[in-house]
Amino acid sequence: MGCGVTKQNQKQIKKAMRAALLIQRWYRQYVARLEMRRRCTWNIFQSMEYAGEQNQIKLYKFFSYLMDHFTPASSERNLIAHIFRENEVCRDAEWERYFNYKNIEVPEFYSGPHLNFPLTATNATELVEAFRTKQQLHSRYVLQLLVETWKLLRILPNINHVSTCHSKEITICGDLHGHLEDLLLVFYKNGLPSMETPYVFNGDFVDRGKNSMEILLILFAFLLVYPNDVHLNRGNHEDHIVNLRYGFTKEVLGKYRVHGKKILKLLQKIYSWLPLASVIDQKVLILHGGISDTTDLDIIAKVDRHRVRHLWPGKQRMLISLALFLQVVDMLWSDPMPIDGCVPNEVRGGGCYWGPDITREVLEKHNLQLLIRSHECKQEGYEFCHNRKVLTIFSASNYYEVGSNRGAYIRLGPDLVPHLIQYQASRSTRDLTLRQRYGVGRTERSALRALREQLFAHKSDLISAFQEFDPEQTGLISLNHWATAMESVLQLGLPWRMLRSQLVNHTQDGKLNYQSWFKELAIMEPNTQLAHTNLLETLYKHHSNLETIFRIIDTDNSGLISFEEFRQTWRLLSSHLQIDISDEAISDLAQSIDFNKDGSIDINEFMEAFRLVDRTQQERSNSTLSGVHPHLLQSEHPTKTLLVSASPHFV
Amino acid sequence: MAEDRENAEAIISEVHKKISDAFDVFDHERNKTVDVREIGTIIRSLGCFPTEGELQEFITEIEEEEATGYIRFERFLPTMTKLLMERKFRPIPEDLLLQAFEVLDQEKKGHLGTEELTKYMTQDGEPFTQEEMEEMLSAAADPDKNVIFYKDFVSMLTVDDK
Repeated sequence: MGCGVTKQNQKQIKKAMRAALLIQRWYRQYVARLEMRRRCTWNIFQSMEYAGEQNQIKLYKFFSYLMDHFTPASSERNLIAHIFRENEVCRDAEWERYFNYKNIEVPEFYSGPHLNFPLTATNATELVEAFRTKQQLHSRYVLQLLVETWKLLRILPNINHVSTCHSKEITICGDLHGHLEDLLLVFYKNGLPSMETPYVFNGDFVDRGKNSMEILLILFAFLLVYPNDVHLNRGNHEDHIVNLRYGFTKEVLGKYRVHGKKILKLLQKIYSWLPLASVIDQKVLILHGGISDTTDLDIIAKVDRHRVRHLWPGKQRMLISLALFLQVVDMLWSDPMPIDGCVPNEVRGGGCYWGPDITREVLEKHNLQLLIRSHECKQEGYEFCHNRKVLTIFSASNYYEVGSNRGAYIRLGPDLVPHLIQYQASRSTRDLTLRQRYGVGRTERSALRALREQLFAHKSDLISAFQEFDPEQTGLISLNHWATAMESVLQLGLPWRMLRSQLVNHTQDGKLNYQSWFKELAIMEPNTQLAHTNLLETLYKHHSNLETIFRIIDTDNSGLISFEEFRQTWRLLSSHLQIDISDEAISDLAQSIDFNKDGSIDINEFMEAFRLVDRTQQERSNSTLSGVHPHLLQSEHPTKTLLVSASPHFV
Repeated sequence: MAEDRENAEAIISEVHKKISDAFDVFDHERNKTVDVREIGTIIRSLGCFPTEGELQEFITEIEEEEATGYIRFERFLPTMTKLLMERKFRPIPEDLLLQAFEVLDQEKKGHLGTEELTKYMTQDGEPFTQEEMEEMLSAAADPDKNVIFYKDFVSMLTVDDK
């Protein structure tokens, strides 16, 4: 009897082991596929971000070309000349009169925060709390705060020298990009800036996120209260031309309709007076972008930094030598690369790619041991490279989309060993599910949606490329050819064969019917008033450029441009892109987008017409609801990570 | 005959491109190398289901003589191609997976307790790390009742899998 039971047990044990092994094998495969999808999603976002940056560079280079080659009488040149104008002809005193806030009255019914100058710590804390509860600071206080900030920045040196004496630990934050929730999270975890809690903020405070203004106001407030313990470095987005494209200009004009223009002008000055770098204990260098083979801190220390207005490459009438200008640009635009050397940064159009040998040289030259920089989004919020001599720190979590990446900040004590703290901002309090941790689901859908929009924008070119593989006009091509054509047209460097299953649903005998594939992409066409099909595609492809040009032309920042200005914009754009659009087509277009029928075009409304509605999103959410056990249904709302808790309160 | 050869070449060429795309996703430095720790992810995402042991064998075969921590594409490609062409690791059908869970569910309850599953996963077969276990539980376990309805778990995850 004893033997039989044992044998039975043994058999059961063996079976259980085999079963466990099977489950483990399968589960590990599942996780690996999720990880691959996460990486692909990431690659999509990054390559599209860089493609956008390239677009901007091309546009700006085109403007520079215009400035240099057209006669002064040319109307096109006049449209854009003002952005190149060096207008420091007035003295500071005159500017202070222009920015006079004293005449601005704060109405009785204003329920937002009130500021008293000189600012106190209480003021700053109250400001943070006010923004956390979504209040807006009145334009009078905004201007006052900015004027005080401007005055202070003018007396700061190019390089902040910070020390960890008195056993202070210094906190270093990277790009924030208008993500107020991330800044609040950092303050919650780490404490508000104070004499005991000094901070360095490493640039790119604005653009992309929707609370760039609030972030600036908070940082400036603490700078004014604790000028020896709060240090700001300029980033490449602290540049009014970049702001035109990436959202900050729009944010300010939207929030401050009456005084927005003045605020933007004042910010331009503040940007140019922001320090360029910080050095801790003369051993750790912190700057936004990076270095190059010409970086020399002794020279940087003496440069007239405020003469570098917009940090964009290209010819400008300069009040600073080219060599010095380029050194500053390098500091704010460069990226590290794994191989030795120093080459121009073609992707960004400014700064360079620098290698580990350059890091060694520059650190040695100045007796430094570590370089901390930001400028690049990292999935974990930070990344070491160059033998751990360079540390990238990025503080805007969910930068591309909810779930795309974590944010991080650094704590540095007298031992100068960086301690990293990660986080991810979120809205609810459940634990992140497995799928959400991998950014599958919402993040992935968002990336794929963005990618499908690119497909739509390049439809004609793609169809032509497909047709080249289909000489007999069968309407079908192999999937191999599909992948090759996609890359040759879009040039995004994406792994198309890995993405194929997400983009192509139906095949006939392993071949793709490309015309019906486009229909299947189910991208609803925008506002049917924009009915000219070819024009529509062109419009969509270049809508970011269009918006940028609009905002440049709209000199009084009213958000409206006239028909004539619209026509001129098109002429500019079509000569930049070397495409042919008839005047008639443009006039028709202008008429049809005069939504208010008052002879002018509202820029925001025009841009709204381009938001493509994604039908597949609705279809997909219907299908995930069916066939899944209700208590296993993963909500797509962002959730708490293991690291952080929900929105904090400040006293 | 020639046509067959052409087809075979086309198939191999397509397989090569597939492998190359998957490899590139993890080639962060753009120099045709990947961190050895990512090899498992790459192989699995190409459709293979190796055990940890089989994975280790594969890595040993393609590693440099002096382990650098990196795997080069030139060594990865031929071995991986062979793997895919031989279809060496076949996918696990859903019903087999379900049976495996049923084996563990000795009392035939229709569900497994979190402690029960944890014991099996972290002690038997090729044990999970604590991190892997936590991850699986976050996906599989009913948060209120602390049990895993494995039938739903299996179908949820296979619906997901394209």
